[in-house]
Amino acid sequence: MANETQTMTQTMTVSIWRENGDDGRFEKYEVPARENQTVLDVVAYVQQHIDPTLSYRFACRVGMCGSCAMMVNGSPRWTCRTHVSKVVANDQLEVAPLRNLPVIKDLATDMDPFFEKWVAAEAVFHPSKTRHDPMAAITPDDPMRIAASEAIECINCAVCYAACDVVESNPDYFGPAALNRSWSLVNDIRDDGQDVRLAAVGSNGGCHNCHSQQGCVQYCPNELNPTLSIAGLKRETTKALFRRSR
Amino acid sequence: MIRPHRTHPLWFAFLLHRLSGLGLALFLPIHFYMLSLAISAPARLDGFLRFTDLTIVKLAEYGLVFLLAAHLFGGLRLMALEFLPWSPHQKTMAALAVAFAFLVSTLFFLKAI
Repeated sequence: MANETQTMTQTMTVSIWRENGDDGRFEKYEVPARENQTVLDVVAYVQQHIDPTLSYRFACRVGMCGSCAMMVNGSPRWTCRTHVSKVVANDQLEVAPLRNLPVIKDLATDMDPFFEKWVAAEAVFHPSKTRHDPMAAITPDDPMRIAASEAIECINCAVCYAACDVVESNPDYFGPAALNRSWSLVNDIRDDGQDVRLAAVGSNGGCHNCHSQQGCVQYCPNELNPTLSIAGLKRETTKALFRRSR
Repeated sequence: MIRPHRTHPLWFAFLLHRLSGLGLALFLPIHFYMLSLAISAPARLDGFLRFTDLTIVKLAEYGLVFLLAAHLFGGLRLMALEFLPWSPHQKTMAALAVAFAFLVSTLFFLKAI
């Protein structure tokens, strides 16, 4: 208790977006300014000690599940692995729901449009064999395996989707995460859906919308490179165009 | 107003490419119109060419050549990004594009004055 009282003497102000079927606004809360706390800790403190009606989303708290992404001081972050001390500006912390997604309530966004675009981008596996066939032999040094490996480990947090200005200006754009997943499947020799995939990623919402601003690369918490993947898709769709015209 | 999520070098490279493209799009029709005067009204063209001797116009040309060079080198950077094997030196490439644009436009300006 003594420690709690001591830490409570130092406080900081956090502005949190509140919205519940209305226009929404930032509300200020006084929270303990602890030396070692994450943005998610601060949000959880507000919900547990100040206002239990605050809605937000989290699950694993260790950077694996991709549930807790929010806009922190204007930039998209995974809040469970973002230390307040790294992002606080002038003792101010502003936490808002992810950009480019509809808000359900407060900090919780509707992820449906994000995942629907994975399907639209054909970022789904098309099996070429059945369980009765022998397993495909893919060596670790296979160039396609290496290219696929660079694009995996996405945790579907939608940080890249929120960082992307093209998603903001073009609601049809699939976004970096879906196209990155498509690229990993383009490099999967077991996949039997390459023609439909290239048609999908070359369509109106596809890879050619990307302006290579690389905000996705800048903010991806797992240090993936969706711009690299999208550039690969641009090359493959261009090659497919020449293949078709022959 | 540049929002916080945009404050990284490659977003500024995008902004420069877009602004230089828009600037050139505005300039080119005027450029072609002035060239057409060589056939349709040579006397007016001569008058305009004397106007371009003013230092302030030379400075404006410096800016124009910078925009042209920035768009050229920035465009080469983007084509390299999309069609060559990926380079991890994206920020360096953007910085080099701007550096070359300064070099070319400054050489032009030094020759012009």
